[in-house]
Amino acid sequence: MRQSYRIIPIYTADVSGVCSALYELGGMTVMHDPSGCNSTYNTHDEIRWYDQDSLIYISGLTEIDAIMGNDQKFLDDIKEAARELHPKFIALAGSPIPYMNGTDFPALAQVLEEETGIPAFAVPTNGMHDYVYGAGVALEEIAKRFTGEKTGRIQARTVNLLGVTPLDFGPVSHAEVLKENLKACGWKVLSTWAMGDEPDAFLQAGEAEVNLVVSSVGLRAAKVLEEKFGTPYVVGTPIGSYTERIAKALEEKEQIPYRKDRMQGRKERKVTLIGEPVIMESLAAGIEEKYDCRVEVLCPLEETDGLLADGDRWVHGEEEMEEALKDAEIIVADPLYKPICPKNCEFYELPHIAFSGRIYLKKLPVLGKLV
Amino acid sequence: MLKRVGHPVDEKGAAVAIKDAAFPVPFAPGLEFNSPVHGNWNIVHTGMLMPEARQIYVCADNCMRGVVLTAAEMNAADRFSFVIVKEENLLNGNLEDITIEGVTDVLNKLEEKPKAVLLFTVCLHHFLGCDLERVFQELEERFPKITFIRCYMDPIMQKHGPTPDQKLRKAIYEPLPKRKADEKAVSFLGSDFALEKNADLKRIVRAHQGIFRELPECKSWEDYLALSEGKLFVSSYPPSKYGAEVLSERLKRSYLYLPGSFDYEEITAQLENFCQAMGYGKLEETISVEEEIAACEKVLEKAHEVIGDTAVAIDYLYHPRPLGLAKLLLTHGFRVIQIYLDCISPEEKAEFEWLKEHAPDLQLIATIQVKMRVLPRTSDEKILAIGQKAAWFTGSPYFVNMVQGGGLYGFDGIRRTAELMEEAFTEEKDTEDLVVRKGWGCESCI
Repeated sequence: MRQSYRIIPIYTADVSGVCSALYELGGMTVMHDPSGCNSTYNTHDEIRWYDQDSLIYISGLTEIDAIMGNDQKFLDDIKEAARELHPKFIALAGSPIPYMNGTDFPALAQVLEEETGIPAFAVPTNGMHDYVYGAGVALEEIAKRFTGEKTGRIQARTVNLLGVTPLDFGPVSHAEVLKENLKACGWKVLSTWAMGDEPDAFLQAGEAEVNLVVSSVGLRAAKVLEEKFGTPYVVGTPIGSYTERIAKALEEKEQIPYRKDRMQGRKERKVTLIGEPVIMESLAAGIEEKYDCRVEVLCPLEETDGLLADGDRWVHGEEEMEEALKDAEIIVADPLYKPICPKNCEFYELPHIAFSGRIYLKKLPVLGKLV
Repeated sequence: MLKRVGHPVDEKGAAVAIKDAAFPVPFAPGLEFNSPVHGNWNIVHTGMLMPEARQIYVCADNCMRGVVLTAAEMNAADRFSFVIVKEENLLNGNLEDITIEGVTDVLNKLEEKPKAVLLFTVCLHHFLGCDLERVFQELEERFPKITFIRCYMDPIMQKHGPTPDQKLRKAIYEPLPKRKADEKAVSFLGSDFALEKNADLKRIVRAHQGIFRELPECKSWEDYLALSEGKLFVSSYPPSKYGAEVLSERLKRSYLYLPGSFDYEEITAQLENFCQAMGYGKLEETISVEEEIAACEKVLEKAHEVIGDTAVAIDYLYHPRPLGLAKLLLTHGFRVIQIYLDCISPEEKAEFEWLKEHAPDLQLIATIQVKMRVLPRTSDEKILAIGQKAAWFTGSPYFVNMVQGGGLYGFDGIRRTAELMEEAFTEEKDTEDLVVRKGWGCESCI
């Protein structure tokens, strides 16, 4: 049964994805939920929470307010907090009960914006999707509303890195490696969506020559920026030696280079990777090139359309994953997948915060240095 | 790395001198901040106390993530399973089916079946009017050898009724059968921690060659079932009271609620009640209250000699009676300056009034108020923090690392607190490493 899980956990959900994506942008993110979403997020999905402040709160929705449709308390509490804290924007994220009640978040955001003068938007989460969706839609909103107007000015050999959150990449020092890799290939990063930069960095995002979608979280924003500024985008993660190939794709505006690479020369000896599609496909391409072996990517996340190479698969749920892994020889995945891997396989740990949270934080690899 | 966001803010609304504070809620409700302090136990930790049982949760991804990783972090993922609720389950109205079939699927996959399943349903089940009677009836028919326990993760109800934590502390004792009372046995209910060896109640029972049973010490299902044999049921942790009362009524047992206290008179009265209920005669026949108090005074004096005039901050997570602790310390010369809490227990009304009069400038500081995210978390002076939250909010590495009263109780609890304070004052701790770990006292693999 797809929905039952005996032993492995699930990925970070959409609400946490929103908070993670918006964490460093100076806004205030409010989860409309009774309790739990906040603790889950800051315990397992947010490695910056201890000492890097961000205005992320929960509404503390009660049964009576949910039943009576009392949105006024939600609005009043947000306005009061905004009056004290002066956020740059207000983002609303819903959870299962407001979803079921049909809470009109876009309308509430509009009311907030009109009454506070602070830009406000809703991210249509319901706690039932994964972080890629939540973080992706959050960054999409940032691209729509906080990137300024088109100036027509383009800075040559510059990129924006789209889809960088600790959920996939870990601490900011790990994300810096992606920038260094690109710099070594002659590309300058204008902005990183969304960690490590000052919020104002987004204002010049429209001047980049090309956008680089380094995880599926950044794809929606890339499409908005393409429409708004005419900026082309490339999908791929600048991992180690594979960065050169990414740099070439940036020059040629080749949209998804790994798909072409992955279709070339399949060798024997299969390696199975599990994880986020863009990073895993880029890693797969790098491994195939460097180690001369065949790689298969299994992606358990929802948003994979057009992102997986031929032969790679979207796999949903523990049972399906266990079945997909039953003949795997070499597996590279988060350690919490190990209980459903064949006993005789070679297992290489690749911790992923969006799966195992902070458990393996001390062993987190620097993705940019992997191959 | 330390970044501040937004405009500078003042403490107004997040801190108040006790002389100006309202009872029992000193701070206006609003959006809520959640600090990175996680030593408190949640329903997963408490559920794991039940031996030979498995927890199964049925909920949406976002709610699931927190509980499944709680189990993983405490190295108990092998006793935890779940069923994910999807949008279509809400729209199709088949929450009963997905719950029944999901739990069945999990159980069928287990090589060894648990003695009991703590089945947690959630806010969605409640709001959709899920027929839980049918769910449990069907599961009990399919798995007649397994005891299914009705547990709830429905925080949407917690501001107008029992919290999920309180409900769990009731549910966890529901399988206890009616058994003949053992005249020598007392069952201590609803606490996450075994009482310390020298806690007053244990010493008294030991002096009478009695049997002291408590869930955290149960290693097997049979140990657990034996909890029902207690002649007297006792609980001390406030969230356990609701469940313990229900259980004592069902099993027709005497019950005493003996909350952990820092007041000599209250402790004495509690112990006298306990001795009477157990048929031990007068308290003085077992322990000397005078000697107990003298021993407390001695330890407190020694702690004060070491700690001196250093500022002390207390939080509600250290013990359910933070005001009582403040009163005890203030009356013994300690300089208590802050108490971190969001509301005041009705049990502490008298202490609140006393502090208002005798320590009017004592600061009550919220932990969930929105400004607590951005207010400074440092101090110019050394602060002895009693509790993890006090440590994080004051930025102090000198703190007593314990939650929920730990296994402390009675006169011994006072002495242990004083000893822990002295130890905390002299030994610097790694606050960041310690307070972020979930479930103080549990295994932690982070």
